[in-house]
Amino acid sequence: MKYVDEFRNRRLIERVAGQIRGAVNPDCAYNIMEVCGTHTMSIFRFGLRDILPPNIRLISGPGCPVCVTPNEFIDKAMAIANMKNVIIMTFGDMIKVPGSRSSLEKEKAGGADVRIAYSSLDALELAKKHPDKEIVFLGIGFETTAPTVAQSLIIAKKTKLKNYSVLCGHKTMPEVMETLVKDGSIKVDAFMLPGHVSAIIGLKPYGFLSKIYKKRCVISGFEPLDIMQSILMIVRQRKPEIEVQYGRIIERDGNPLAQKCMNDIFEKFPSVWRGIGCVKDSGFKIKKSYGVFDAELKFRPRIERPKDNIRCFCGYILKGTKTPYDCPSFAGRCTPENPVGACMVSGEGTCAAYYKYGKDTVSSR
Amino acid sequence: MEKILLAHGSGGMLMHKLIDSLFIERFGGSVLKEKKDSAIIRMGGKEVAFTTDSYVVDPVFFPGGDIGSLALYGTVNDLSVCGAKPLFISLAMIIEEGLDRDALEKIASSIKNAARAAGVEIVTGDTKVVERGSCDKIFINTSGIGEIYYPGLSVDRIRPGDSIILSGTMGEHAISVLSKREGISFLSKVKSDSAPLNGLIFRVLKASKMVKFMRDPTRGGVATTLNEIAAGGNFGIAIDESSLPVAPGVRSACELLGFDPLYLACEGRVIMVVRRGDEGKILRAMKRDPIGKSACVIGKVIAQGRGKVYLNTASGGKRIVSMLTGEQLPRIC
Repeated sequence: MKYVDEFRNRRLIERVAGQIRGAVNPDCAYNIMEVCGTHTMSIFRFGLRDILPPNIRLISGPGCPVCVTPNEFIDKAMAIANMKNVIIMTFGDMIKVPGSRSSLEKEKAGGADVRIAYSSLDALELAKKHPDKEIVFLGIGFETTAPTVAQSLIIAKKTKLKNYSVLCGHKTMPEVMETLVKDGSIKVDAFMLPGHVSAIIGLKPYGFLSKIYKKRCVISGFEPLDIMQSILMIVRQRKPEIEVQYGRIIERDGNPLAQKCMNDIFEKFPSVWRGIGCVKDSGFKIKKSYGVFDAELKFRPRIERPKDNIRCFCGYILKGTKTPYDCPSFAGRCTPENPVGACMVSGEGTCAAYYKYGKDTVSSR
Repeated sequence: MEKILLAHGSGGMLMHKLIDSLFIERFGGSVLKEKKDSAIIRMGGKEVAFTTDSYVVDPVFFPGGDIGSLALYGTVNDLSVCGAKPLFISLAMIIEEGLDRDALEKIASSIKNAARAAGVEIVTGDTKVVERGSCDKIFINTSGIGEIYYPGLSVDRIRPGDSIILSGTMGEHAISVLSKREGISFLSKVKSDSAPLNGLIFRVLKASKMVKFMRDPTRGGVATTLNEIAAGGNFGIAIDESSLPVAPGVRSACELLGFDPLYLACEGRVIMVVRRGDEGKILRAMKRDPIGKSACVIGKVIAQGRGKVYLNTASGGKRIVSMLTGEQLPRIC
């Protein structure tokens, strides 16, 4: 398959692995955070940790949208799901994530109408088909999914769709990364930055990472060769800067059209991240001019005080301070079919990656 | 109160646990406890295979097949992988009030053609109609009886060094159903692999006496079936990513939708564990059948990693392949 096979070519990957071995200083540790959950999955799926030198330590970051969605959001979604005449539409992974007391999957078995969508546009179609029902789309994800959800609201307004709304839990990447760097509880020397978020926002929002915090950064694609090349670029970077490995997708200024779409619909908002807490300006809320499409205003879901499971280490894992192997629940009480925490649910979750691909083949480094 | 979730029917770990704790525990005799695709029972001095399966696929018609042919072939295949010649089939239908008569006629004709293709006879049946909303269009149950002609297939015979053969490409059935259901039109070229395996298996078993075990990788795909084979065994299984046969349309779909083809259901493929040395003979026999033309060796049984399945990735790494753990692809068969 074009643009896939080339980036999975074993000979090329082994050649880059050799170059990495040649470029690293054996006395030096390289703590590299892969921010995006898709990177984490790719690293495991293709067994890349096996072919890297031991002093390259990969730390999984907070870039799995399902994982960082806090219990409060899920509790609200469930409260709305149980209201009369409501159909909840969501990306598949969300359905299994445990909230404070239940999950959408369990509410569905109890009678709530919860359906899986591949895009917010599916939800729009459903709203047109069922004018007697209220269709609520769960808007989660970073700058990658936010523009499409924004676009769905623009279309809803244009077509005067009255029975469509979005429960907005969108988050933005750069602010939370600054929080992690400032926090200082983990040692990160370099970042492998998320390719698809960057395709939307461009390079500029990350500038502070290299300028202020002196972190080496490479915006990376998701195929094994992309990731290996990014690691090589990080190792070879002399002074901290933002480099682009994923040149076949990334424009320096990002995608202005998508940015405008987001800015027209959303405004910055302090957002709660699972495990990390409330981070200033790290989330989107729907602007007042689109308030009629804001499910939170429309349904005013009442929830009990959200509670976190103390036996779940998702919070530490999302910050990179612990690995799944440190968690007392991992692979025992917490498995993909019976998850305690969100990181075990999502296809991009760190715990799911460790569980599915790791177990006894990969050391815990 | 605990409720049954969709994931309990996914074919993965959750379903295995449910079956073990609820059913096997209550009425598991020695035959049921073997958990084979068909029960192997002795009747009048003859070994007979007996199996049953229900079909709830949504949509009822999909590229490459429909619920009728699927229901017929599924049961034929469960008999065939036990070394039996499928003979007699029962057919029970639960029909939703309001189903188009034309659709039912089309399904009935498809069953007729499938029975002819598989060389089996439908000898008994049942028809129920339920109120609108009580089922979705049509659900079908088939049971089947076959005569064992190749006895002794068992995981107990598997030894390190044996080869693992897959009879064709992975995942066409799952992707064809999904593309139709979700209206992903550019994937609609992918046709279900749904087909009767009895002809192909018969050819292979005539050509070689070194086939030790067979199973068809339906729900949960090749990954789950290999895990079932390895589970509890005194061996591990290692497969090579670069040798796994995947049709281009399925590969594109997987890249796009984030599926791993190893977990996608097939409805016309068989995995065989065979003694090393006989692969050539077996592959030649398989390839003589049109549904076996992409057959290949995908890996081998190893002494290390008891009970586990490993994948040597095409990019030079190595990772574990676990059983399906409740992914969301309901009503695929």
